[in-house]
Amino acid sequence: MDPHLTWNLYRDVTQLFDYPFMVNAYRAGTIVAVTAAIIGWFMVLRRQTFAGHTFALVSFPGAAGAILIGVSATYGFFAFSICAALVIAASSRSSRGGYIEESAVIGTVQALGLAFGFLFVSLSHRNVSGAQALLFGSLVGITNDQVIQLLAGGLIVLAIVGFIWRPLLFASVDPDVAAARGVPVQVLAVVFLLVLAVAAAEASQVTGSLLVFALLVLPPATAELLVERPGLSLLTAVAIALLVTWLGLAMSYYNDYPIGFHITSLAFGAYLLAQGWRRLPRWTPFARTSV
Amino acid sequence: MDAFREDFRMTQILVTANPISAVSDMLSHPFMRYAFISGTGIAVPAGLLSYFIVLRRQVFTGDALGHAAFTGALAALAIGADLRLGLFAITVAGGLLLGVLGNKARADDVVIGSFFAWMLGLGVLFLSIFTTSHSAGNGAGGVRVLFGSIFGLDLVQAQVSVAIGAGITIALLAMARPLLFATIDEAVAEARRIPVRLLGYTFLVLVGLGTGQATQAVGALLILGLLATPGGIAQRLTTRPFVGLLLSCLVAVGSLWVGLTLSYALPSWPPSFSILAVASSAYVVVLVSSNAMRILASRGESDMLLDPVA
Repeated sequence: MDPHLTWNLYRDVTQLFDYPFMVNAYRAGTIVAVTAAIIGWFMVLRRQTFAGHTFALVSFPGAAGAILIGVSATYGFFAFSICAALVIAASSRSSRGGYIEESAVIGTVQALGLAFGFLFVSLSHRNVSGAQALLFGSLVGITNDQVIQLLAGGLIVLAIVGFIWRPLLFASVDPDVAAARGVPVQVLAVVFLLVLAVAAAEASQVTGSLLVFALLVLPPATAELLVERPGLSLLTAVAIALLVTWLGLAMSYYNDYPIGFHITSLAFGAYLLAQGWRRLPRWTPFARTSV
Repeated sequence: MDAFREDFRMTQILVTANPISAVSDMLSHPFMRYAFISGTGIAVPAGLLSYFIVLRRQVFTGDALGHAAFTGALAALAIGADLRLGLFAITVAGGLLLGVLGNKARADDVVIGSFFAWMLGLGVLFLSIFTTSHSAGNGAGGVRVLFGSIFGLDLVQAQVSVAIGAGITIALLAMARPLLFATIDEAVAEARRIPVRLLGYTFLVLVGLGTGQATQAVGALLILGLLATPGGIAQRLTTRPFVGLLLSCLVAVGSLWVGLTLSYALPSWPPSFSILAVASSAYVVVLVSSNAMRILASRGESDMLLDPVA
């Protein structure tokens, strides 16, 4: 394979799809970008980034444990991510210390999960650099079956979110008023954590936890800075996620550096631009009109 | 390190029921002694930092710095510099940056997440540069940074780790009182002319140093356990700050010692895993028992309310 950029833009784009692995990478990237941006939008709104990061990493012990006892990795990541979500949900419900204790519990869950992953990898006497593949995996080398699995998982997750989005939005923006109006805030919190956990773990099993976390947090955080209306902001997040993923894939096709680096750098660049735009003084041409 | 492993698998058979001879047997290996010395040098400051991290709600910052440490170490490996240099440079710089980004040196959840998603992206870049330029040591360096190798330290590394640990501990204890004040009631502390912002930055630098130092022993990914769990346990057990600090420190040191001993007895358990497993089990016990006691106490109260005679 000898990809190189030419001045012919059309040829550059068609060249991307010369190989089936790139076609599958684009399919998987698109599915992950859309799912992560939508779930991540709610995650950013609810300020649960730390939990989201933990769930993205929990697929590592899940997959490593499943390989160790010789079952399908799917069982492993489901077991671990659901356990992690329930533990975190229980801690945020019962704690009198509120967020103080919740974050200590999330940190413990994450560190213990990773420690278990390390134990499983060293018990199964596999090449330890497999751990890096699980953590930082890539979009290249994804099979057709995995694309279908991602699509199914993404559709289920989006269907659940589509079903609860109105009360979830209400409960996220103003939990007290929502509770007073009879919205089941606690139930929604647990359901959302479960959805976040399953979505993050499932996607990171295929594409690596780094990429999933970056797509969960960066596009929604950028959209939050740019647009205030909820629906529009959600669409902006999805658009940014798609753009960043597609561009990142194309860039890593034409040079040798990893996809994760390109996608996170592009997304972080967009985030920095949005931050800068927000801080422009009032008198400059493109400044925001309202605060 | 493999030689060490073989060595102490042999001595496993010699471990007897006599606990004193078993301990002296364990400590007769230089690598175990170094692990205990440097581990204590890491656990004492980590336990103290942990109490403040949990109280100041900066666990996520600790997480971000741990991941930044991974990137820094790999950057140093990729350009062929000393690993420690990259570690400390990036954890301290990262701590300061997160302070600048946040309000009054406490960064927002989403800002931290955005920052270190990119940090991880950079880490992957350096990992790929490192593994392509050093094909012989393929991936091993990265794994060492991610998960640590406390059994692989030598005497000099143990000494350095104790020296840095002592420095962090002294600095933190010296600023403990004002920091506590600034954490619990920021507005009043500011009115009393306590330099809240400066304290916040200094604290983040100390966390950065502690993270960088601990990365060598427990690894960039697992340091979070030592920074979150002891503080969480102390918060549950006491409301008195200095008792809490001491408790948090004891939990960190205790988990490290028990964890190291466990890994010595069961060579297939990596030491980082044993240490975190001990700390997390302690947290579970504390959470469950304090919840159970609260339920019992509230049931007792409601019984009294229902039955005024009693």
